[in-house]
Amino acid sequence: MKADQTSGDAAEIVFDHVTKLYRGRQQAAVNDLSLVIPAGEICVLIGPSGGGKTTAMKMVNRLISITAGDITIDGKSVKKFDLTELRRNIGYVIQQIGLFPHMSVEGNIGTVPRLLGWPRQRIRDRVRELLDLVGLDPDGDGKRFPSELSGGQRQRVGLARAMAADPRLMLMDEPFGAIDPITRERLQDDFLRLHKEIRKTVIFVTHDIDEAIKMGDRIAILRQGGILAQYDTPEAILANPADDFVARFVGADRGLKRLALRRLSEIELLEAPADARDGDRVSADADMTLRDALSLMLTSGASSLVVHDELGEPVGMLTVDVVSRLLAGGFEEVRA
Amino acid sequence: MSGPELSAQGPVIPKFQEGSECIRENGQFCWGWFQSNFDTVFAPRIVEHMELTGIAVGLGLVIAFAAALFAYRYGWFDTPFTIFSGFLYTIPSLALFQLLVPITGLSWTSAEIALVSYTLLILFRNILTGLREVPGDVKEAARGMGLTARQMLLRVELPLAMPAIMAGIRIATVTTISLTTVAAFIGAGGLGQPIFNALQGGFKTQFVASGVLAVLLALVADGLLVILQRLLTPWTRGRSRAA
Repeated sequence: MKADQTSGDAAEIVFDHVTKLYRGRQQAAVNDLSLVIPAGEICVLIGPSGGGKTTAMKMVNRLISITAGDITIDGKSVKKFDLTELRRNIGYVIQQIGLFPHMSVEGNIGTVPRLLGWPRQRIRDRVRELLDLVGLDPDGDGKRFPSELSGGQRQRVGLARAMAADPRLMLMDEPFGAIDPITRERLQDDFLRLHKEIRKTVIFVTHDIDEAIKMGDRIAILRQGGILAQYDTPEAILANPADDFVARFVGADRGLKRLALRRLSEIELLEAPADARDGDRVSADADMTLRDALSLMLTSGASSLVVHDELGEPVGMLTVDVVSRLLAGGFEEVRA
Repeated sequence: MSGPELSAQGPVIPKFQEGSECIRENGQFCWGWFQSNFDTVFAPRIVEHMELTGIAVGLGLVIAFAAALFAYRYGWFDTPFTIFSGFLYTIPSLALFQLLVPITGLSWTSAEIALVSYTLLILFRNILTGLREVPGDVKEAARGMGLTARQMLLRVELPLAMPAIMAGIRIATVTTISLTTVAAFIGAGGLGQPIFNALQGGFKTQFVASGVLAVLLALVADGLLVILQRLLTPWTRGRSRAA
């Protein structure tokens, strides 16, 4: 991938006391929601059904109207944009994908550029570039119809289509929700890798807390009635849930989930023991997550693990004590 | 009674005393007579038949299309138009032709009004169903990408409704080809004309030949429409290679 492929910068999104009230209903769908989503970050909206996460997202591209408050994109209210122009400049990915069955993969991806009146050759080049970017074959897959693709491939096309005109913001509504777990994980990893390079602002709706922790730079947890329960980084939410609702929502295993966010290479280990190279010792690679390392200790019955770097040199030792001290003390201090 | 100047206006009804043995016996089908009279008796009728059908389906399509688009946008219109076109559809064709004669005369116009009426129900229902069955996720994605209502209709909804629309056109065309034979009853021409004449004179060959030609016309028209549908909807073939 070339660096100049994605010149469009990212936008800062602000929810300013946003409320959505549907006519004839007592309870608001979204209630006085205020969030600042920094440019280039992935913000995950999560919550139980009825939490208003999808409603909140769809107010950004005005598929749903705002009852009160405002949403701004780089300081400009979404209400001040021409509706068509607003939507053409926001990438939109939905769970059901919604590819146009009567258009080839190329036709689908080129939709917004065609609407924007790009010259033919530029559209063709952009489509090839995007197919490559999302891991599809520009020569083989472009001419196929959506019905000829697998679920995972379809969502890759959906992603490419949403990025076609290089939007500064992407809305993703449970994009990987209908995909089998193995393919989903691959798509998540691929998207995170992609995001590192293109750095768009992304609003990502999911109901899967593990996905939220994995994908989000920040997570906004909404409770019933569209009330914001907590908005923070995954690690801060797992370490300090704001209340019982959040604690229950992230799960009783939130300690383990926190461990999954850290790799052995990122923490302070005990000194490697003298017999570190002993074949009887249970060992782990430094890029293993703490959660996997703990699991390894528990399943192997060893009270400690020798940690190796990529060259196989022992760099330290991990014990259950170290893990629990980390969780109790918070990671930041230990890392310092 | 078989001079060319006469046959141009009306069908040939041979005197059974003359001609081949087949004609004298009034056999089921006299191939020789059919061959030598095809150009004068049948060819012009086939052309008339195609014109009557084509114009009826064409006009019906325009009206049904406008009505279906309106009903697609304004749902309340669906029921009244369905009842209206359903009512037209159930009037026996001979009765409808007869009803129109006092108003529009023994004419081509009367025939077309009746024929168009019969296409409306089929075309309207098929177009509307086709539009309504465009998947919601496809429409949502299209709206989210910033397609205007017009672009949505032209680029997404109509193409996706095309299989249902074409199915409607096929049924309407075949039905109309069959109905058009009855239009000769009020003098509108078409392949019904030689049938009526043969019924009066009892000449079997002409009767059978007209019927067979009408059926062939319907089959050919349907075949051509199938080919057109394939060309218009390439995505409906070769589906699901991958799991």
